[in-house]
Amino acid sequence: MIATNNIPRIFGQVKQGVTGSKWGQFSASMILPILGFLVFLGIWNVVAKSIDTSLGQFPGPSQVWEQANVLVDEHIAQKEKAAAFFERQEQRNAARIEADPNYVPKIRPFTGAPTFFEQIWTSLYTVMVGFLMASIFAVPIGIACGLSKSVYAAINPLIQLFKPVSPLAWLPLVTMIVSAVYVSEDPMFAKSFVTSAVTVSLCCLWPTLINTAVGVSSIDNDLINVSKVLRLNALTHVIKIVLPSSIPMIFTGLRLSLGIGWMVLIAAEMLAQNPGLGKFVWDEFQNGSSNSLARIMVAVLTIGFIGFILDRVMLLIQRAVSWDKSAITR
Amino acid sequence: MKCRKTIRNVAKKSALGALALGLVSALSFSSVYAEELGWPEKEELKFGFIKLTDMAPLAVAYEQRFFEDEGLYVTLEAQANWKVLLDRVIDGQLDGAHMLAGQPLGATIGYGTQAHIITAFSMDLNGNGITVSNDIWEQMKKNIPHENGKPVHPISAEALVPVVEQLQSGGQSFNMGMVFPVSTHNYELRYWLAAGGIHPGFYAPHKGDTSGQIDAQALLSVTPPPQMPATMEAGTIHGYCVGEPWNQQAVFKGIGVPVITDYEIWKNNPEKVFGVSKTWAEENPNTHIRVVKAMIRAAMWLDENNNANRQAAVEILAKPQYVGADPEVIANSMTGTFEYEKGDVREVPDFNVFFRYNATYPYYSDAIWYLTQMRRWGQIAEPKSDDWFMRTAKEVYRPDIYAKAAKALIAEGKAKAEDFPDFDAETGFKPPQTEFIDGITYDGTKPNDYIDSLTIGLKSDTTI
Repeated sequence: MIATNNIPRIFGQVKQGVTGSKWGQFSASMILPILGFLVFLGIWNVVAKSIDTSLGQFPGPSQVWEQANVLVDEHIAQKEKAAAFFERQEQRNAARIEADPNYVPKIRPFTGAPTFFEQIWTSLYTVMVGFLMASIFAVPIGIACGLSKSVYAAINPLIQLFKPVSPLAWLPLVTMIVSAVYVSEDPMFAKSFVTSAVTVSLCCLWPTLINTAVGVSSIDNDLINVSKVLRLNALTHVIKIVLPSSIPMIFTGLRLSLGIGWMVLIAAEMLAQNPGLGKFVWDEFQNGSSNSLARIMVAVLTIGFIGFILDRVMLLIQRAVSWDKSAITR
Repeated sequence: MKCRKTIRNVAKKSALGALALGLVSALSFSSVYAEELGWPEKEELKFGFIKLTDMAPLAVAYEQRFFEDEGLYVTLEAQANWKVLLDRVIDGQLDGAHMLAGQPLGATIGYGTQAHIITAFSMDLNGNGITVSNDIWEQMKKNIPHENGKPVHPISAEALVPVVEQLQSGGQSFNMGMVFPVSTHNYELRYWLAAGGIHPGFYAPHKGDTSGQIDAQALLSVTPPPQMPATMEAGTIHGYCVGEPWNQQAVFKGIGVPVITDYEIWKNNPEKVFGVSKTWAEENPNTHIRVVKAMIRAAMWLDENNNANRQAAVEILAKPQYVGADPEVIANSMTGTFEYEKGDVREVPDFNVFFRYNATYPYYSDAIWYLTQMRRWGQIAEPKSDDWFMRTAKEVYRPDIYAKAAKALIAEGKAKAEDFPDFDAETGFKPPQTEFIDGITYDGTKPNDYIDSLTIGLKSDTTI
């Protein structure tokens, strides 16, 4: 029997053991996350076995791993099909030129369905474009809001009004506007791509805008006074004083925006049937085959993993560009 | 100056002439048809489809490279629902699509979205079923005559009447799902319910009521095909009418029982068509003919040697980018069987017909049947003359384009003349058809008389 008053002491020892020694530091950084992951897999495995859906049992880790391999195989098979497609196309083009010398041969892109990995690429590309579009607007507006109380007062109600709007509410409007406005004979981007990117942008704007405004308005008064003493003009003031001191806040906003953008994109792709991971999930749901749930689970884990990587990348950039390296740790 | 120009023109023309001559001589030994049928105007095409087994002609034409044989590079893309599909054909994002037979007609007469859509290719016959939830099945089973312990088919909706009455006396409504307001499923479901004495409700578009639930004993609502089983499982609807594999899926999942196939409601009824917008067809006449050629070949392949290729077709359709359901679910109906109650598997060799019985020919009489049903249920609010029915059918259904494609195939030796109707004698009207569940005869040349012969529904001269 352990006396009750001993318990805190034991915990204290354990804590010391974990964090104190080198081994402890190693285990804190490596062992514990792995342990957490293993426990998650165990619980998942047990819980999955007890959930029966009309599409069969909920997939456990092993089924999901299996489907991940199937998706890789499908990708390889599709690449082979594409190679055969191009070969056939060349033969057909050659035959056509023989029959019709005026014909200007053209190599067309592969017409097969995109594989899982191509869908990932489409999603990443779309979210990046949407995110960049949003940032190009949000950072300058944010700076303007931060510098001038009157601009802030004018824009603030709009920010408050549009910030909470769900992407799914924007989507029908964006779809209709894009199909009405974006008309060209040989469009550079597909309409579905523009729709997704614009929807992402609309939802990405706000965190960057607000954080930039807050960052800019809370610049140390000493720095502002320095600028005044040196009589810096407006542009130099922004470049030399405002931007460097508000970089950490701007990047906090950008990180939040990118995270939101990634979430929004998946939903938008699902609803608007735009190519990408969201469409993959929706298609699998519609297929209702016995492997569908496991394949969706692969996509879910992939989406999470990519979201994590995006966040880490933003963090690295943030560290690289801010002058106060100690300010950001996680 | 002027003189020089003419000389240059003449030189150019003669060069062209020589070129054309060379072309003709080069072609004459390789293929005869190219003289008549030109090269496609548009080579890269995108076609839409809904995840249903009757999109098979598109998948087969792609996988068997019939499209490529015509010099067409086609991308097939699954669409979320029939509305999205139609809108994308109208705004040009899709070059063409797998459509419900009622969609080109509805769009052309302006019911729902207004746009002139035409079709030159009918994709299949039959292929739908009506499924009810397990609970409803238990209740209606008591009213169905049995033989050797199995229910006698076809099952009439009369068996459903006491169930509906009981639900209504308890203050509940009887809800069923169908896939689109102008879908074949909507009309088949309505036909079956009405033949059993259950009123499926009227539309009144002139009064702004497009719910189709006026005077209804059964409330019908729209659900996209792949979501039917899930919606029924959630209890939102008590049953649905949909194409395969979503009826067999209910059996496999153990959530419902198919009660009747559309083959038993109207034997060999026309189902999907391949629709394109009229402007697209006018801009790309050769492409259109070539697309129809490829699809005729696909349909022939599907029905060849007494359905010998159906198992291969199932493998194609089971791929995630096409229908994506489990192969055994798709195989059930595609290979000529149909499972009603779990274990009650019956032979329905003509459940999916893609080519035989001239399934691919766009008959005017088929178009007119759908128009009569639109009139019967009030989607066409005003009385229309027989002449109007003929005119509308001829605006939308284009057997002339089909005939060109079929003749090209015959000339190339890829098909035989006897596989097709006699194009010189064909009027586009099937002889009066008698094989309906309620035994009422349909004569496509007398649409208004037909409307008057049906019991429940608007008459040729009534409005709501």
